[in-house]
Amino acid sequence: MNMNYTAEELAFRNEVRAFLDEKLPADIAAKVKGFRRLTKDDHLRWQKILNAQGWYATHWPEEYGGVKWTPVQKHIWDEESCRYGVPRSIPFGVNMVAPVIIKFGNEEQKQRYLPRILSGEDWWCQGYSEPGAGSDLASLKTRAVREGDHYIVNGQKTWTTLGQHANMIFCLVRTNTEVKAQEGISFLLIDMDTPGITVRPIITLDGEHEVNEVFFEDVKVPVENLVGEEDKGWTYAKFLLTYERTGLAGIGMSKAALSHLKQLASRRIKNGRPLIEDPSFSQRIAKVEIDLTAAAISNLRIIASVEGGGVPGAESSMLKVKGTEIRQSINDLARRAIGPYAIPFVEEELDYEYDGDFLSDENAAPLTAQYFNNRKLSIFGGSNEIQKNIVSKMILGL
Amino acid sequence: MDFRLNEEQQMLQDTVARLVRGEYSFEKRLEFSETDAGFSEAFWTQLSELGLTAVPFAEELGGFGGGGVEVQSVMTELGRGLCLEPYMQSVILGGGLIDHAGNDSQKERWLTGIASGELKAAVALQEPQSFYNLKDVATRAEKSGDGYVLNGRKAVVIGGHCADLILVSARTSGDSRDTDGISLFALSPELAGVERRTYPTIDGSKGCDITLNNVEVGADALLGGEGGAGEIIEYQSGRAIAAVCAEAVGVMEMANELTLDYLKQRKQFGVPIGKFQVLQHRMVDMMSELEQARSMAILAASVADAEQSDERRRILAAAKNVIGRSGQFISENGIQSHGGIGMTWEYNFAHYAKRLIMINHQLGDDDFHLERYAGLLQAS
Repeated sequence: MNMNYTAEELAFRNEVRAFLDEKLPADIAAKVKGFRRLTKDDHLRWQKILNAQGWYATHWPEEYGGVKWTPVQKHIWDEESCRYGVPRSIPFGVNMVAPVIIKFGNEEQKQRYLPRILSGEDWWCQGYSEPGAGSDLASLKTRAVREGDHYIVNGQKTWTTLGQHANMIFCLVRTNTEVKAQEGISFLLIDMDTPGITVRPIITLDGEHEVNEVFFEDVKVPVENLVGEEDKGWTYAKFLLTYERTGLAGIGMSKAALSHLKQLASRRIKNGRPLIEDPSFSQRIAKVEIDLTAAAISNLRIIASVEGGGVPGAESSMLKVKGTEIRQSINDLARRAIGPYAIPFVEEELDYEYDGDFLSDENAAPLTAQYFNNRKLSIFGGSNEIQKNIVSKMILGL
Repeated sequence: MDFRLNEEQQMLQDTVARLVRGEYSFEKRLEFSETDAGFSEAFWTQLSELGLTAVPFAEELGGFGGGGVEVQSVMTELGRGLCLEPYMQSVILGGGLIDHAGNDSQKERWLTGIASGELKAAVALQEPQSFYNLKDVATRAEKSGDGYVLNGRKAVVIGGHCADLILVSARTSGDSRDTDGISLFALSPELAGVERRTYPTIDGSKGCDITLNNVEVGADALLGGEGGAGEIIEYQSGRAIAAVCAEAVGVMEMANELTLDYLKQRKQFGVPIGKFQVLQHRMVDMMSELEQARSMAILAASVADAEQSDERRRILAAAKNVIGRSGQFISENGIQSHGGIGMTWEYNFAHYAKRLIMINHQLGDDDFHLERYAGLLQAS
């Protein structure tokens, strides 16, 4: 048993810190740490810096411009980048479609798409969920019919995160209705500028535009945009989901959020004293910190078990449930910490450029919105109920 | 023992229910929320024309002489419609404070208007540092000639942006958090030195923070005896707590009805998702939480107008604690049962979910009331 980093790992951590100290733009870090809105340009600006360092694509082989980090190194990056206020990586290109293209795509697709993902030229979004296919993803109905050199795509995708910024979408489409649901699905890469595609915003309960519906009406997609074989898309989809699930526990994000909460509770006043000195509130914080400590060690145990290679199995589903519950508890406490000021919604204070007086605390405005927004954590990436089904089937054999 | 409403109370509740059903569709509510007032002036007029703004007041004021149960009947239906009108602020708490503390001429001047709906009051009892403790008052009122000069800041005054009258607590003596030394003033927001910063609230309503900068008021602005408002504010906030508990029950009823409908209609894996046991049990838990909340709202209504006592204090703290917890449970689990659709602006569930969480931030959250209750625990 050894729970310490090796000398090499410590050296890597120093390298990460030196890089972030030097290269992470202060305004971007301030936005992330203060939960302010990030623009598309902020994301792209940071991506360019990261890519110049060669640290953007950590799941890719080196020959395509990736970097070969061990699971422990990825973990160190996760911890440090959350601590420093690095924007969350937009995973759809680099961590989702790219691994699929690398494993199942043809050489032409690799040559075409991978460099454009690295450079930020393409912004990908995910066309998986449909109005009728959420947890039961395999029941998807978006249809692709082969006509000569093209597929004609008709249907609708939903919950398309940041689809408003994307120029490319990877889609699961039904190419065969004669076989059982999982066997008639194909994986298509579609240019969002193709005629017949409409993107419609979905406004969430916090008033934000983060997700979209994407409609396809007689959209002509060249057959060379098919990944792998026709009707084998479900295999690729599942492969992608294993990548999606790792990291959804968000341990690094929870640590950053907890640190933010403690600072907030030190500034807020209850009965003339800082809220963090209030016995019941400090116990609430203590409890979530203890839970987070346990989850962080569970996370490390999973990381250590795959240090030799491969992707984590159903254990990461367990951790996704725990991790998202912890993060939601932290958001709950942050909302509680501002007391009556949880009610006002001073939207302009969400903008980094805002230079007026803050109604209460400089970081108060996003807290209630974030509490509501992060109810998504237990829904997306496979709802927590689905994760429990996976654990119960794969680990318990029930 | 009989927990049913009597005929008159049932008629009152049915009247409000019909009005809300007819006038307060989800789409209309979104429009009302977008207006400068943040609610429907027309609906407010309808409430007053039906005599509903007069429900808790004595008959000589044109009132209905209603008590906790009558208020509960109104508030539950306003909750079901997610109504944005400042009924609790103006009629229950604002009206209650004037009724309790005011002299005859003050009642004549303001209370008749509140009862008829022509005058809307807002209540400025919280401050930036007060958290939920209404005795934590730093705003000062200094004697000046016959009147007073007020300085300080009041926080999160729902409806304060468009109220005709603002009821402000201010300290005339004593230290922060002393019960003694708190006085209550009724003032026009148009007075020199009153600054309002108006904002929308996350649950679709509007409010403001109020800065008082050397605001001069006459002696007739003082409600009740100088320095004696602490107990009155506590008592009347108790009535307001009973009212929002009733509102919360209406919100929870609708949240549960919407969730249950969804479980029956939404199909995944070839069956309605309500066939999955994990969702069935969650729905049962949501129903049990609602029943706990309903029981406490009834109990709270029963003591709302009773003489002050530790027993009344305990019941109101207990009720608000239960409502806070059950509201959060139903809000969060309702969203989870819906999945992504439960988080969208265009679907009404999310708005019920938001209101439930925000009710927990009005008049003290479940932690605050747990502490209060613990402080009043009986030895055996």
